[in-house]
Amino acid sequence: MIGHAERAARFAADEDRAHWHDQALWFVRLKRDRQAASVPEWEALRVTAAAVKMHTLSRLADYLEQFERNARSNGIQVHWARDGDEHNAIVHGILADRGITRLVKSKSMLTEECHLNPYLEARGIEVVDTDLGERIVQLAGEPPSHIVLPAIHKKKEEIGELFHQKIGTEKGASDPKYLTEAARGHLRQKFMVAQAGLTGVNFAIAETGGVVVCTNEGNADMGTSLPPVHIACMGVEKIVPRAKDLGVFLRLLARSATGQPVTTYTTHFHGPMRGGELHVVIVDNGRSAILAQETFRRSLTCIRCGACMNTCPVFRRSGGYSYGYTVPGPIGSLLAPLRDPRRYGSLPFASSLCGSCSDICPVNIDLHQELYAFRQVLARAKVVPWRKRFAMALLGLVLSRPWAYRLAGKLARWIVPRLPRALAYGPWNPWGRQRELPPTPKESFRDLVRKEPP
Amino acid sequence: MVPCWGLTLSAAGGSFLLTGMPKIALFVPCYVDQLYPQVGLATLRVLRRLGLEVEFPEEQTCCGQPMANSGCAEEVRTLAERFLRIFGSYEQVVAPSGSCVSMVRNHYAQWLEGRPGFDRLRASTFELCEYLVDVARVAKVEGDFPRKVGLHQSCHGLRELGLARSSERMVAPFDKVRFLLGQLRGIQLVDLTRPDECCGFGGTFAVAEEAISCLMGRDRIADHEKGGAEVIAGFDMSCLMHLDGLIRRAGKQLRVMHVAEILEGARLS
Repeated sequence: MIGHAERAARFAADEDRAHWHDQALWFVRLKRDRQAASVPEWEALRVTAAAVKMHTLSRLADYLEQFERNARSNGIQVHWARDGDEHNAIVHGILADRGITRLVKSKSMLTEECHLNPYLEARGIEVVDTDLGERIVQLAGEPPSHIVLPAIHKKKEEIGELFHQKIGTEKGASDPKYLTEAARGHLRQKFMVAQAGLTGVNFAIAETGGVVVCTNEGNADMGTSLPPVHIACMGVEKIVPRAKDLGVFLRLLARSATGQPVTTYTTHFHGPMRGGELHVVIVDNGRSAILAQETFRRSLTCIRCGACMNTCPVFRRSGGYSYGYTVPGPIGSLLAPLRDPRRYGSLPFASSLCGSCSDICPVNIDLHQELYAFRQVLARAKVVPWRKRFAMALLGLVLSRPWAYRLAGKLARWIVPRLPRALAYGPWNPWGRQRELPPTPKESFRDLVRKEPP
Repeated sequence: MVPCWGLTLSAAGGSFLLTGMPKIALFVPCYVDQLYPQVGLATLRVLRRLGLEVEFPEEQTCCGQPMANSGCAEEVRTLAERFLRIFGSYEQVVAPSGSCVSMVRNHYAQWLEGRPGFDRLRASTFELCEYLVDVARVAKVEGDFPRKVGLHQSCHGLRELGLARSSERMVAPFDKVRFLLGQLRGIQLVDLTRPDECCGFGGTFAVAEEAISCLMGRDRIADHEKGGAEVIAGFDMSCLMHLDGLIRRAGKQLRVMHVAEILEGARLS
């Protein structure tokens, strides 16, 4: 089965492009560093954010019910969805009951996860993603390659060509300002005729029964101010207990995501507009199963800032599509196999375990330790290829017997330098494809240490 | 210069050592034993020059990290138990590797939690540089190393042992290895564009994700070259083995050295 390694190798084969992608994301990482450094209590905020999230998860059902009560008294209609199918059916039901056929969406990774767009399109509803990056990938017929920067894999020339074909910009134009203006004009028409707007949710406040949406382009506000129906979709883990908890999370989110002090628009929705409707769809879709696993529970505290992707040296060089899941990068490498270990079994190995993700995570998720731990889950479930498990079992046998270890070492050091190069560097040896083998000294340390004066 | 052990708070359990020298066991990672014996010898000599009593327990083989890294937890159990049996009787354990020490300190609990002597062993197992700085309290390094050196921060030593502040963390900067190397006469520690990006070794990652691993390694080398480094120094031979393999394949003049090899000629006090 093709896994991350094969897809990553394909991406990295175009080294110039891999380096361009790496630099683009590293630029965001550096912006994040500057912003994080401007907050003296940064590390304390991370710890506090983690504590708030873990506390919330520890009584998630209570907070969800509190949110529902308060939201209803605010005039919000609350819906519960067990999985992606239920979520899609609920959204479609709301639209179909009102005869709505034109929907504008702002960014929502949850709806990507549930594959809402194709579901609605198959039922005759026009769905327009209005976040610029999302609109780009939607026009290209691709999924987002990054949760915050959906079109980061596309060069401006490629976007120019796409816009030329799809929205009639000038052939060969690639000036970002020109393209953005064109997209703005194109989207404005979509906003004007939309009958409903759908958004994600960054935070849902149990205490007040409201939801908070953070964007940079104002598209969520446009999409919820013009049409009378607003549908907000959220995973169960988006709850925070109190409004004042936002004082922690909003300071972390935009700084971690894009290196801005705060998102341009942070909109609080505490009820429908006059004469309109506000629906909140609360989705589980496998989250409570993750909540039940103590070792991996912390992955549910993720606030989807994408910092772990921007900092990950593997992600930067392998691209978002190499992960094959809605949420890529270190956090996706946990969330995906937690959902389906067989299908996504290669992802926890798509990491050098360098730990940069754990140190950058604004909610202090021990990402690389969880990736390490998940490898054991996969080995126990025999998802790790048998050759690797066999090799490790053999290695274990040798290493637990000093005589076998000494003999194996001695043999290897004797044989390898005597092999013809074509054999030593044959196709069986992935180490040697781009690297020389390590030296093979005549004597090991344990041989030499005997000759050392005490 | 012999450190004043009588007053050194032992990390081993918070008790004062009043019995003079601690007996140190040298823990030499398997691949260092087999492929880089000079690094093991340099470590031994650095410690002995400090006047410390050091032994190499010959029963030792490997900490089990390759298996743990692959998820094969059952294969690690025997090795972890052996490690405790072999090293548990020493006051302190020192290894020229951040990664293998992190295995003991941060991962062995899964197999050894609650075993007699494990907590003490875990607290008294050190990477060489942190041992020199934190335990032996080396304050002064005298010696010559008139070269341009790029310091490679191996990730496990950096982030799991805290040998230096990682670039992601917003705390006061510190760097134990730089503290030692920086004192050598004539050494120039070069600036890197990315001070602590992973080299892409990553254990089994180096072969399982060969393409990305090598690209990461080549990028790291290019950064050191851009800084003008003649030597890439590090505290984990595994990362250096990977970088060296790429350097030699490309026929570059750059060479890799373990910190112990650089400190071997110096006087520590």
